[in-house]
Amino acid sequence: MSTIFECLDLTKKFGSKVAVSAINLKIERGQIVGLLGPNGSGKSTLIKLANELLTPTSGTILIGGKKPGIETKKIVSYLPEKTYLNDWMRVHQIIELFSDFYADFKPERAYDMLKSLNINAKDRLKTMSKGTKEKVQLILVMSREAELYLLDEPIGGVDPAARDYILQTILRNYNENATVIISTHLISDIENILDYVVFINQGQVVMTSSVDDIRNEKGKSVDGLFREVFKC
Amino acid sequence: MPWELKSDRPIYTQLIEHIELMIFSGVYPLGSKLPSGRDMAQEAAVNPNTMQRALVKLEEDGLIITHRTSGRSITEDARMVEMAKTKLAQEQISEFLGKMQLMGFEQKEILTIINDMVQEMKK
Repeated sequence: MSTIFECLDLTKKFGSKVAVSAINLKIERGQIVGLLGPNGSGKSTLIKLANELLTPTSGTILIGGKKPGIETKKIVSYLPEKTYLNDWMRVHQIIELFSDFYADFKPERAYDMLKSLNINAKDRLKTMSKGTKEKVQLILVMSREAELYLLDEPIGGVDPAARDYILQTILRNYNENATVIISTHLISDIENILDYVVFINQGQVVMTSSVDDIRNEKGKSVDGLFREVFKC
Repeated sequence: MPWELKSDRPIYTQLIEHIELMIFSGVYPLGSKLPSGRDMAQEAAVNPNTMQRALVKLEEDGLIITHRTSGRSITEDARMVEMAKTKLAQEQISEFLGKMQLMGFEQKEILTIINDMVQEMKK
């Protein structure tokens, strides 16, 4: 197994505020990883650093051995916390846009998923509910054959039934060599599909472990452990 | 049989038990072909790597056979299944006996209660 995601003394400051503090982290290929932490712990900042939406104050972040840039964007499929799509566009237009943009985009996959979620490809984003928009966005992200999927809060705004479908979608579309990093605080919903978890708090990695190790050693779920570690 | 997974025990051990139960109860008869690990993972809504781990363990235990070209199937060795079944029964019973002891029952009392209940079920 080789490393797909690596942080070396990675630090990001916003003025005097430290959002990510000297993180060292290595994630191997072929896993589904949960990036878990309370609000404001640095999850989104870390993911944005991986996408070059932010640049490190110091330290290094490497995706497949390269610094974030054009080359890494070819292999990373990113679901941002907020939508950036133009809402006057119709879904099929966005699919065409993505097909142009990304060599690894599979339109037939996208249309398949739209159909199972009863979303009309002729609809404009503007006319959709918040949850439906989120589904469309996730469908676009998972329709790429990427090496690394970075999903920032993918299930926050959708109902439990669609949540199940989305998790199934992630399971179905990721191949053995791909890696999925999911940031969320809805742990109990996703912990069955995770291999590995990274707990972060106040910009630092406080624990990394495999899910079954946590259950084996502590006799409790990841969700239970999270509640204990981050008790307010 | 729905895949019900508890949150306080390792997922892969629960998968093993569940697949064993499906074999013992005849959902997967002796010699039958198993779905692909990926499909099984999706059905159980778990990570494919975790399902893989469970299947490898079942293979080590001799309940599942992997064919190089045509996927996995259940063993045709009825004795093997019988042994695994007995083992699972022993585990369940020893857990039960542990609880009964905790409640302060003597061996004899436990057997009497079981006997009575079996009689009751026959009616």
